[in-house]
Amino acid sequence: MTELKAKPEAKRSLPTIVWPLLALAVMLVIDGIINPSFFSIRLVEGRLYGSLIDILYRGTPIALIAMGMAIVIGSRGIDLSVGSVVAISGAVMAHYIHADWNPWLIVLVTLGMGAFCGLWNGALVSLLGIQPIIATLILMVAGRGFALMINGPGIPTFRSEFFESLSTGQFLTIPTRLYLVVLVFVILWALLRKTAFGLFVEAVGSNASASRLAGVGTRVITIAAYAIIGVCSATAGIIITGDVRASDAVTSGLYTELDAILAVVLGGASLNGGRIYLANTLVGVLIIQSLTTSILMSGLPPEYNLVVKAIVILVVLLVQAPKLRSSIAVLFGSRGGKVKS
Amino acid sequence: MKKTNLLGAITLGLGLMIASSASALTIGFSQVGSEGDWRPAFSADMKAEAEKRGIDLKFSDAQGKEENQLKAVRGFIAQGVDAIIIAPVVVTGWDSVLKEAKDAGIPVFLADRDVEADKDLYVTRISADFNLEGRLAGAWLAQASKGKCDIVELQGTVGAAPAIERKKGFEAVISLFPNMKIIKSQSGDFTTAGGKEVTESFIKATDGFKGVCAVFGHNDNMELGAIQAMKEAGLKPGKDVLMVSVDGVADEFRAIKAGDANASVELRSDIGKDIYDVVQAYLDGKKDWPKWVVIASDLHTKDDVDALMAARGIK
Repeated sequence: MTELKAKPEAKRSLPTIVWPLLALAVMLVIDGIINPSFFSIRLVEGRLYGSLIDILYRGTPIALIAMGMAIVIGSRGIDLSVGSVVAISGAVMAHYIHADWNPWLIVLVTLGMGAFCGLWNGALVSLLGIQPIIATLILMVAGRGFALMINGPGIPTFRSEFFESLSTGQFLTIPTRLYLVVLVFVILWALLRKTAFGLFVEAVGSNASASRLAGVGTRVITIAAYAIIGVCSATAGIIITGDVRASDAVTSGLYTELDAILAVVLGGASLNGGRIYLANTLVGVLIIQSLTTSILMSGLPPEYNLVVKAIVILVVLLVQAPKLRSSIAVLFGSRGGKVKS
Repeated sequence: MKKTNLLGAITLGLGLMIASSASALTIGFSQVGSEGDWRPAFSADMKAEAEKRGIDLKFSDAQGKEENQLKAVRGFIAQGVDAIIIAPVVVTGWDSVLKEAKDAGIPVFLADRDVEADKDLYVTRISADFNLEGRLAGAWLAQASKGKCDIVELQGTVGAAPAIERKKGFEAVISLFPNMKIIKSQSGDFTTAGGKEVTESFIKATDGFKGVCAVFGHNDNMELGAIQAMKEAGLKPGKDVLMVSVDGVADEFRAIKAGDANASVELRSDIGKDIYDVVQAYLDGKKDWPKWVVIASDLHTKDDVDALMAARGIK
C-alpha cells in the first residue's frame, strides 16, 4: 500500500488527501480482519444494512458540524459551542413539535436558531475582537442552560413521522441523512470554490490585516463563517434529536466540538487557518467514526475505549506530520525516498 | 467573627423558638440539581409529600455544585431546622459541615447517594440499592429464559456507581446459572443515543443478534435506544429477544405495553414517603437506625403495566 505515493513522479508534494485516506484504508482493513462480515452489505427492511453503512450513518452529525468547523478553522477561528448549539436546536425542535407546528416551519425555525447562535459567536469574535476560543466558550457553557430552560423539567420525547424519516428513514435504500450530508457538502463546496467566499475566508485566515488592507470585508467574512457552522450544527441537532426522538439537553451533542475539530485536523488542515479542505475533513470524520464503530464491535471492555481511541488518533496524526516523515526518511537514509516538505 | 457567632446563635435561638412554638416540622432538603427525568420527579415528590404531611420544607437546588450544597446546609443549620436531608452531589468533603450540624444538634439524613464521612455524623442513608436492582433484573431474566441465555449488556457510564453496582448484582445472579452468560458488553453512557449506537454495532458483530436471547440495559434510556436500533434492523425486541432494564421511566412503560420491552426494575422517584417516615420516626424518638435504610425496588412487566400507567396518569 505504501508504494502508492513514494514514486518519483511525486516530486512535488502529494495531494493532501492521500494520508487521511491511507489511514482510513488501514483502519478498515484491520476491521475486516477482526470481523470478517465487516464489509458485507445487504438489504434489510428496504435499506442498505452493514457496518460500512453504520459508519456513514453514525458519522453524519459530526460530518455536518466538521464541514462548518473546516470553514471556521480556515478563517483562523474555532467554535467550541457546536455541541451546545446541537442541544439548543434539539430543544427548539422538540418544543415546536409539541406545539404541533408544520414540520417545514420547525426546520426553518431550528436552522434560524442555529444561524442566530452563529451570528452571536461571529459578532463576539469580529465586532468585539474576543479570541474565538473564549467567545465560543461562552455559548458552549451557557447554551446547555438555555436548552434545559426550553425543555423544562425532564427529557421531552416526541413522535414525528417527518423528523423520523428525515433522520432514520431511507430513500432508494440509502439512509436519508446521507443525502443531507451530500447536499450540505455540495452547497458549501459551491460557496467556497465557485464564489470568492472561500478565497476570502482563506485570506482572512492567512493574514487578517493584510486582507483587510486589500479590501476584503474581514468582519462580514468572519461572521458569515460562524453563521454557517451555526446552521450546520442545527442541522446536526435535527438529525441527532430526530434519531432518538427525544431532546436530551444535557448529553445531546456532548463533545462533538472535539470530534469536529479532530476531523478537520485529521484532514490535514492547520489550526493556524488559511486552508479549507472540505473533502479531507469528511475523510477525517470517517476515520473517527470507523474507529468508534470498530471499538464497539471489537468486544473491548468499555474502560479502554478512550485510551485506544487516543492512541490510534495520535498514530494517525504522527504519520501525517511532514516533519516526522522527513526525519524518518533521513534516519533510513536514501531508502525512504527524499520526502521534502 | 465573634459578632457573626453571636448573631448566628441569636438566629439559631430564634429559629428554635419559632420551630418549637409552631407544631409543624421544619426540614431542610438539599437536592443535587434537576438533571435527567428522575431527579425533577424526585424533587416534586419530596415537595408534594411534605405538603401532605404539613412539613415546612426548605428546598434548595445545588445545581450540581458541591459549594452550593454546603452553603445550603450551613443555611439550614443557621435557621435551626429540625432535620436536614441531603442528596449529596459528591461523596467526599462532608466531615466539617456534618460536624457543624451535629454540634447544633440537628440530625442529618442522606437520600440517594452515599458520602464518605464518619458514620456517626449522620443518622442514616435512605435510598434504593443499585446492586439489588441488578439482582432483580438477573432473577427475572433467569426465570424468563429458564436459566439459558446469551446476554448483551448495555453498561452505564464507565465508573458511575449505578453502572458498577447494577452490573455486579446482575452478574451475581446469572453466575448461579451455568448457561447464562454475557456475550457482549459496552458502555452506552446512560443515553438513548449511546444505547442505540452500541446496539447497532452489536447487531452487526453478532450477525443480526444470532443466538442472542436478551438485552440487559443499565437504564431504560439505553434500552429504548436498543429497541429503536433492533426495529430498524428488522428484529422484534420483546419477542425475539428479551428486553430488561432498570429505571422505570414513562417511555419504558409505554414500550412494555406495546410489547417492545419485557421488564423494567423501577428506580422509584416517589420516595418522599419512605424518607419522611424515617425522619419523623427519628424525631419522635426511634433513634436506632441501620446506617442504610434500603427502599425496596419494584419490577414491572406487561402484567401490571396497564394498572400502573393508569394509576400514574401515563398515556
